[in-house]
Amino acid sequence: MPLIELKNLSKTYNTTAFPVQAVKNVNLQIKKQEFTAIVGPSGSGKTTLLNLIGGLDKPTGGSVFVEERDIATLKANELIDFRLHHIGFVFQAYNLIPVFTAKENVEFIMLLQGISKTIRDKKAVELLNAVGLGERIDSRPSQLSGGQQQRVAVARALASRPNFVLADEPTANLDSHTAESLLDLMEQLNKDYEMTFVFSTHDPRVIKRAHRVVTLEDGAIKFDVGGKN
Amino acid sequence: MYLSLSWRNLWRNKKRTIIAATSVFLAVLVAVVMRSMQNGSYAYMIRSSVKFYTGYLQVQGKGYWENRSLDRSIVIDEKQQKEILQIPHITSIVPRLEAFSLVSFEKVTKVAQITGIDPEAENNMTDLKKRLVQGNYLTDMPGGVLIAQGLANMLKIGIGDSVVLYGQGYHGVIAAARLPVAGIVKFPIAKMNNAMVFLTLTNAQNTFSAYGRITSLAIMLDNIKNQAHVYNSLSSMLGGQYTLMTWQEMMPDLVQGIELDNASGLIMLIILYIVIAFGIFGTVMMMTTERAKEFGVLVSVGMQKTRLIWVTTLETAFLAFLGAISGAVFSLPVITYFHYHPIPITGNAAPVFELLGVKPIFYFSTDPWLLINQAIVVLLIALATALYPIFFIKQLQPVQAMRS
Repeated sequence: MPLIELKNLSKTYNTTAFPVQAVKNVNLQIKKQEFTAIVGPSGSGKTTLLNLIGGLDKPTGGSVFVEERDIATLKANELIDFRLHHIGFVFQAYNLIPVFTAKENVEFIMLLQGISKTIRDKKAVELLNAVGLGERIDSRPSQLSGGQQQRVAVARALASRPNFVLADEPTANLDSHTAESLLDLMEQLNKDYEMTFVFSTHDPRVIKRAHRVVTLEDGAIKFDVGGKN
Repeated sequence: MYLSLSWRNLWRNKKRTIIAATSVFLAVLVAVVMRSMQNGSYAYMIRSSVKFYTGYLQVQGKGYWENRSLDRSIVIDEKQQKEILQIPHITSIVPRLEAFSLVSFEKVTKVAQITGIDPEAENNMTDLKKRLVQGNYLTDMPGGVLIAQGLANMLKIGIGDSVVLYGQGYHGVIAAARLPVAGIVKFPIAKMNNAMVFLTLTNAQNTFSAYGRITSLAIMLDNIKNQAHVYNSLSSMLGGQYTLMTWQEMMPDLVQGIELDNASGLIMLIILYIVIAFGIFGTVMMMTTERAKEFGVLVSVGMQKTRLIWVTTLETAFLAFLGAISGAVFSLPVITYFHYHPIPITGNAAPVFELLGVKPIFYFSTDPWLLINQAIVVLLIALATALYPIFFIKQLQPVQAMRS
């Protein structure tokens, strides 16, 4: 059973000049514990595809199934709750809450899930230790480097115990060393936690490490290499 | 944690928060001081005016206010007066018998209002003795009369001279008496200073053949706030036998003057509120729009919009509370100081107050509700500005917000 299934997925933006078809009839299945990179040049529809998978954007055609559930059937509030409990997000610009410490940023997602303070505390420290930031739990994002912030973002994404993590260009703002180290971490989490990762990227370092590479061009899948059978 | 998030968000831009909170603080401070001065001055003016003559309430005969005839005088015996005094919040009662009569001395005759009074009770209420400029008060010479200075000048009468009263008594009986002048009193209002004569109540009742009768019973209260309560108690005690007048009915000009002044004060206050509302709105708007991306991220990762609205509303509430509470607290010593050290009114305005028999001062009220009301109003204005983030978040599209 695929964890994520895209059926004839399309997205067209009706701009004032002319309609832009960002995603064209994409059919894709992603299984549990896959480490998938969605690649392609700028404007190929990577981010749009990720947004559609994450329920952040609505498709103009086709469907997104997560664990056989069509997320288009969910109401706005249900969709937010669905994201909270099933999807972890890692953004290119980290997007941590600037007034919270690293620990509080991780804890916050669990607070939204209604998890008790004791468990939140324990789990947040555990996750920050897992991403190698055990010493920086009380640091605010502004006191952390880009790489460290992205690690906190990864810990935050995992805090809700999601079914999969969507990462939009996670290494775009990082130097090579930091990017490699983040990829090591995500690979480790993929192994240890059996966590499914879906990246959008055009970073060759990520592409090299991905177990499956889906190449998009003009919104359509051009190549799909690797993956579980 | 939501509280903590809101509080910390508020201090992301310290300068802006301090400026916004200061504007709320100043608004509350100015509003409280302004209203304290207005309300305090009104209360002082009302107190002075009712003390000057009418009292807060008056018991009169039916139709007496419209047609001031001795035939509409009433009898309120001692027992009834004691019962009235038993009503909570009544501090004193002052019986009077008022009549109009000719007043003559040698070849000059004038018309005057003759008022029979209980000298002690009258002095307790109106400080009549303090108006004495010559001679003795009626307690020292119960058989005499007090004559207003203007009238005394017109009659060219002095202490020890005898004045002749000639008029109509109760039920058309001729009223005539020749009474010595015990003292001369001065009133700030010319109308009164040229036409008032006081004698003891018994003397007046005998002169006008209105034995045991009075035309009015002025009632003083401990606090104007208790007026309605006393009015109801007194109405049910007296039944429909008498008319019960309030100071508002007896002094409509004063009511109108206060209402007019109050309206202009309220307009000033509304302008102040509008300025403040825009100030806070500007801050809230900036705090919201600059965080559109962050809001988008929070909704993306699973924060319900209602929770986000709660967090932003809390931020506005914190901002408003900070300013409103500090404004209310800080204004307390200011109004307390001016309550004990009223601001004297000088220049052209002073004689106007004196003409009304009121000391020319700006009196400040320390009524705690003044602080609470102003703080609540400013707080509500601030909270109303929280509608902006509510609408903003309601319409937020996470993807577009994150692109911003």
